[in-house]
Amino acid sequence: MTQVLTAPTTPASPAAGPAARTARRKALLRWIAVHSLGIAAALFFFLPFLFVFLTSVMSDQQALTRELWPHSWEWGNYAKVWHTPGFLTWWRNTLLYAGLGTVLTVASSIPVAYALAKFRFRGRNLSLMLVISMMMLPPQVIVIPMYLFWAKQLGLSGTLWPLIIPMAFGDAFSIFLLRQFLLTIPNEYLDSARVDGCGEFRTLTRIVLPMAKPGIAAVALFQFFYAWNDYFGPQIYASENKAAWTLSYGLESFKGAHHTDWNLTMAATVLVMAPVVLVFFLAQKAFVEGVTLTGVKG
Amino acid sequence: MSTHTLRSKRTRGALRTAAFMSPWLIGFGVFFAYPLISTVYFSFMKYDGFRPPVFNGLDNWSYVFTDYRLFWPALSNTLWLVLVMVTCRVVFGLGVGLLITKIRTGAGVFRTLFYLPYLAPPVAATLAFVFLLNPGTGPANSVLEAVGAPAPGWFTDPSWSKPALTALALWGVGDLMVIFMAALLDVPKEQYEAAELDGAGPWQRFRYVTLPSISPIVMFAVVTGVIQTMQYYTQPLVAGKVASGIIGGSGQQFEPGYPDKSTLTLPQLVYNLGFQRFDYGSACVIALVLFALAMAFTALLMRRRGGLVQAGD
Repeated sequence: MTQVLTAPTTPASPAAGPAARTARRKALLRWIAVHSLGIAAALFFFLPFLFVFLTSVMSDQQALTRELWPHSWEWGNYAKVWHTPGFLTWWRNTLLYAGLGTVLTVASSIPVAYALAKFRFRGRNLSLMLVISMMMLPPQVIVIPMYLFWAKQLGLSGTLWPLIIPMAFGDAFSIFLLRQFLLTIPNEYLDSARVDGCGEFRTLTRIVLPMAKPGIAAVALFQFFYAWNDYFGPQIYASENKAAWTLSYGLESFKGAHHTDWNLTMAATVLVMAPVVLVFFLAQKAFVEGVTLTGVKG
Repeated sequence: MSTHTLRSKRTRGALRTAAFMSPWLIGFGVFFAYPLISTVYFSFMKYDGFRPPVFNGLDNWSYVFTDYRLFWPALSNTLWLVLVMVTCRVVFGLGVGLLITKIRTGAGVFRTLFYLPYLAPPVAATLAFVFLLNPGTGPANSVLEAVGAPAPGWFTDPSWSKPALTALALWGVGDLMVIFMAALLDVPKEQYEAAELDGAGPWQRFRYVTLPSISPIVMFAVVTGVIQTMQYYTQPLVAGKVASGIIGGSGQQFEPGYPDKSTLTLPQLVYNLGFQRFDYGSACVIALVLFALAMAFTALLMRRRGGLVQAGD
């Protein structure tokens, strides 16, 4: 089946009889059917992006009509959004939360994942099960005591620190994903390093980390996107202080303040989506590898 | 080797393990065990964050289950989302995964297009869908009306708001697509060839070859889908807020679930009780219900043979 599909348009060989011709026709029809379905699906996935973008460059009046194509291309909408008070601050906050959070998460999760993947110790399976339980825990389950802890005891509400500091203590999902990746590194590499007199720390930094780069990249990307997209965290800790808002949280209030300006709201939406899309194109391979790792290692 | 050196070696090993595990050990204690126990404690307390907590027995529990009028709608919405949204996502994800393994021309472009919406930040994606599906000027209804199809109210109609959220969830099906794609490529080719020799048609090959060998992944997708549904928060909340036209931001009182409680989910109730009504005790009851549900499904996931917990060395 697959061989036929790869060459639906190859010219007929002179020896081909009627049977071969029917087979070729069937293969061609199947090629057309598969690719038509593919194009239909592609439209479903792509059109929302297109409509959002087209609306983002419409004039205020046109955005309130049902027309789909902009009359005049109002690129100034983007400048307007960019210069909205607070927008740049939200950008900075988001970069801080996502950037610093990612660095802390990766640094603190690597040693834990390494121990879970490569050390033998009592309680290892229990630890792993607890990591998975933490991974599956909805953040809302523990938010009341955590809020009371950060806000009432440490006075850190109105900042993003209650979201960033915990990332220095390992993130369950990152630990799990890294462990899955480290399991794929053969023990022979570690053993030969140990024979050469490397301690565990040196083995980790010299041998394991270079080999684990794709896994680390995937974890870093996931964590960056998690923080970039997080809405609940900033809503709990930062909502009272507009100067601490992130893009995801500020975007919704932007809609509130411009509730009839769909064009500006869609321009803001594009500006929040764009970095994520850009990062994806720069690191596509690592990302898809990471998604696969979460599911298929079962 | 003497017992002494053996023991000191073992102690060193334990210390080394503890050192490597230490970030997580602290994190586990401070950001998991402590707040979890504390949540149980507060669920039996009357506490508003200002006056000291007072023990009030099972009052919070009976309030949530009998008098709190948002609880049962949220639970039934969750059930709807588990039954319809998770099923649709798994079926659609499998379909798109199958499709992508069959596409030969431009496979890379198709794959990227199918995957990209999964990455759209949830707030941005939700805003986009509320706009696309808005009954007044939205492109979706313009297209539907142009072809003579009925144009529903989507996020403004209680019976269409969850289907609208489902459409949004299907748009972001890229994660499942990638997982299914990898699983489908792992199915041994010889099995298809053998089935074809036995005269199996495409449907029979799918039913008796593909499905049995990817069933663990289907199971994984269903269970993680259910767990994600327990955490479903940002999309329904933002959709409700934006569709109702209420200005978001700090201190705004917003009755979640617009329209008519149809987009309420359990996590929203924790926010509503804890951070809008300052009834921390009852909020902790909801949190524990959420915890029980999430852990029950996690246990199901871990029991699966050779499941998530793949054996180490």
